[in-house]
Amino acid sequence: MTSPATTGPVTIRIQEDDFDIAREIALLTRSRTDIGAVVSFSGICRGDEDSAKIAALTLEHYPGMAEEEIKRHVDEATTRWPLNGVTVIHRVGRFMPGQNIVLVLTASQHRQAAFQAAEFLMDYLKTSAPFWKKEESATGTGWVEAHARDDEAAARWTKP
Amino acid sequence: MKVKYFAWVRERVGKAEETIEPPATVRTVEELIAWLSGRSEAYAYAFEKPKVIRAAIDHAHVKSDAAIAGAREIAFFPPMTGG
Repeated sequence: MTSPATTGPVTIRIQEDDFDIAREIALLTRSRTDIGAVVSFSGICRGDEDSAKIAALTLEHYPGMAEEEIKRHVDEATTRWPLNGVTVIHRVGRFMPGQNIVLVLTASQHRQAAFQAAEFLMDYLKTSAPFWKKEESATGTGWVEAHARDDEAAARWTKP
Repeated sequence: MKVKYFAWVRERVGKAEETIEPPATVRTVEELIAWLSGRSEAYAYAFEKPKVIRAAIDHAHVKSDAAIAGAREIAFFPPMTGG
């Protein structure tokens, strides 16, 4: 693998605790004047799925592989776009609607690289990082099924 | 080798991990799934649709024809739904 071109910090964390978006952006950009753009994506627990009400979501992950898989995609993102720093935080545990689940921050000199890298990382987080969601609703509890639309979103990055 | 199960594969098998010693004739991920399926009804249920099952060897995704020789840890799980 080509060595990552990033000149800024790469932070990858899997945690039960919530994250503070403003604090994470400050950590990514502190003491730097080369960054012109930071894109922030947060994934939040929704209160409904296909019109069914969701009471809670539980996130399970594969410790060890999850961090490594995210790192592989962060490394790939840094070879594809000129990034000055990346933060990926994925929470695990049980979440109520409205609570944060995932944070992706990408920093670059210009917005285009930051936007694209954030989208690339999220597409791969959904389809290839080993996390699984279990939904609790009024009708019972069940594992969330993978969506073909997520595979299609990830596949567009491999098209020539 | 160590085997780990996640999400509904873990629930159906009834355990999160175990150490197994498959016979030498079991050479690929696909063959390991078939061998595990023969162990009990719980495994057969977990692996009833082998095409749906994803596998990783030593923390890297692999296809079903991947060789298992030398693997320290093999994991089986459903398609991922994080993010």
